[in-house]
Amino acid sequence: MATFTWPWQYNFPPFFTIQPNLDTRKKQLEAWCSLVLNYQKSQKNYILDTTEAQNSPLFYNKDINRRLSTDGIQIVLEELRKQGNVEWKDKAGKQCIIMWRTPEEWGNLIYKYITDKGMKNTVCTLYELTHEEDTENQEFYGLEDWLLLRALQCLQSQGKAELMGDEGVKFF
Amino acid sequence: MDRFEWIDFSLQPGESNVISQSGVALYDGPDKTSFNDGLMVLTTHRLIWKDTLNRSRVLAVSLSLVVRIEEQPSGFAKSAKIEVHLQKANSGKAPGPVASSQHDYVRLSFRNSGEVEFYRYFMEQLRERRWEKTVPPADPVSGGGARNRPGIMGIERSIQHKQRDMDMNISQSFKDLRMLMEKAKEMVQLSKTISTKIREKQGDITEDETVKFKSYLLSMGIADPVTRETHGSGDKYFTELARQLAAVLEKPLQECGGIMTLSDVYCRVNRARGMELLSPEDLLNACEMFEFLKLPVRLKTFDSGVMVLQLLSHSEEEVVRQTQALLKDKESLTAEELAQQLGLSVILAKERLLLTEKMSKACRDETVEGLRFYPNYFVTK
Repeated sequence: MATFTWPWQYNFPPFFTIQPNLDTRKKQLEAWCSLVLNYQKSQKNYILDTTEAQNSPLFYNKDINRRLSTDGIQIVLEELRKQGNVEWKDKAGKQCIIMWRTPEEWGNLIYKYITDKGMKNTVCTLYELTHEEDTENQEFYGLEDWLLLRALQCLQSQGKAELMGDEGVKFF
Repeated sequence: MDRFEWIDFSLQPGESNVISQSGVALYDGPDKTSFNDGLMVLTTHRLIWKDTLNRSRVLAVSLSLVVRIEEQPSGFAKSAKIEVHLQKANSGKAPGPVASSQHDYVRLSFRNSGEVEFYRYFMEQLRERRWEKTVPPADPVSGGGARNRPGIMGIERSIQHKQRDMDMNISQSFKDLRMLMEKAKEMVQLSKTISTKIREKQGDITEDETVKFKSYLLSMGIADPVTRETHGSGDKYFTELARQLAAVLEKPLQECGGIMTLSDVYCRVNRARGMELLSPEDLLNACEMFEFLKLPVRLKTFDSGVMVLQLLSHSEEEVVRQTQALLKDKESLTAEELAQQLGLSVILAKERLLLTEKMSKACRDETVEGLRFYPNYFVTK
């Protein structure tokens, strides 16, 4: 948290009012999206509860006493969903998964690592990819299983990998 | 006294009673006569004396013979009198109680008083000289005859009569109003001459006074307003009205920054028109003609629904540029603050900010404290 640097918009009061002018709103939402993703990334946090989000520092700047409204939060999340960074966990829109990297991006990252290591055509376990010493310096180290699975499914659909059961994967 | 003649008491055509007073004695000059207790009747044409006891003794003298009258106040054991000076009667005079008299005046002695009123009415009748005006003989049907007829016809007739009277009263009242309007026109004329004089003698009057007076004049305004009476009710009325509005409003519009809300316009125009008030609808209709007539003023409706008149030369780009610069200067502004800065109404200031926002040159911060505008750093940074 201490290492997280807020963007300048965070201290700009109009940032917390959804702008009616469409051009302005576009810029504003861009800023919000990158803020949400960066913040979640710094927190290594994937789940966002919209009912509690209003009190999170992400949407509430105590210093200037500004808070993004629940409607505003919905708009920002919806924008993120369009980009593929958010998936709703329930239909009521109370909880969502925020993927600061989309499964596709994760997949590409893993695939690049495998190619660099010359590990194509070998089989490795999922556990080994995210929890072994070899990958400690990689971004996907400690990636949650469900997201890893999604990333690998992405690669599979591209023909770059094949899942073997629940535990293993083979890259091509 | 020889001017009096015997009459049987009946009024002549066009003659009517004015006032009567009982207990009046007649004097031939200073001398008492046998006519010492009677009813003195003043009509529009004659002075009539009727004996109280003997009803057939009725004397009259035409008011045309009266030269002048004098009041003689009452004293101790002496009643008040009116002295009536008479000129010589015509040769064709009917016989009277006295064949000849050496006096050219008679006195009316008011034993039961009432002389003051009588004297006043007497003077009035002498001034009006009603006996000289010939009156057409009364129509026997619509006149007395009809009034005597009872029944529904009679009632209807009396209602009609009343209505006619009322109509007359009303039209008379409106005549007064028209007079007042004429006077108002004169006032405007007067103020105009004063204003030209002021312009000529600008040096003699302090600037402050000139400004003050000019503001008075501004409120006097339109000398010859376009009205429905002068220009009918169709398109012509609206086109003429539009032309006049454009001419009258051009200067005030320039003074207040090229833009004015329609409600302000309405107040200003109607104050300037004085009596000939405009309805809001007529004003709006006339304003809608501006564009068609290619006049230098335009009606504009903001997205918020606020209607304004603005000069054609009034450019939105300029307004936006100005507002943007102010925003940068002040960091942030509410409509109220901008209104104070520019001396505008809050509504117009808000419209300015909204316009600037629309042009992506400002962004808003909406809180419980109100709406505040900032420079649009989203786009510029």
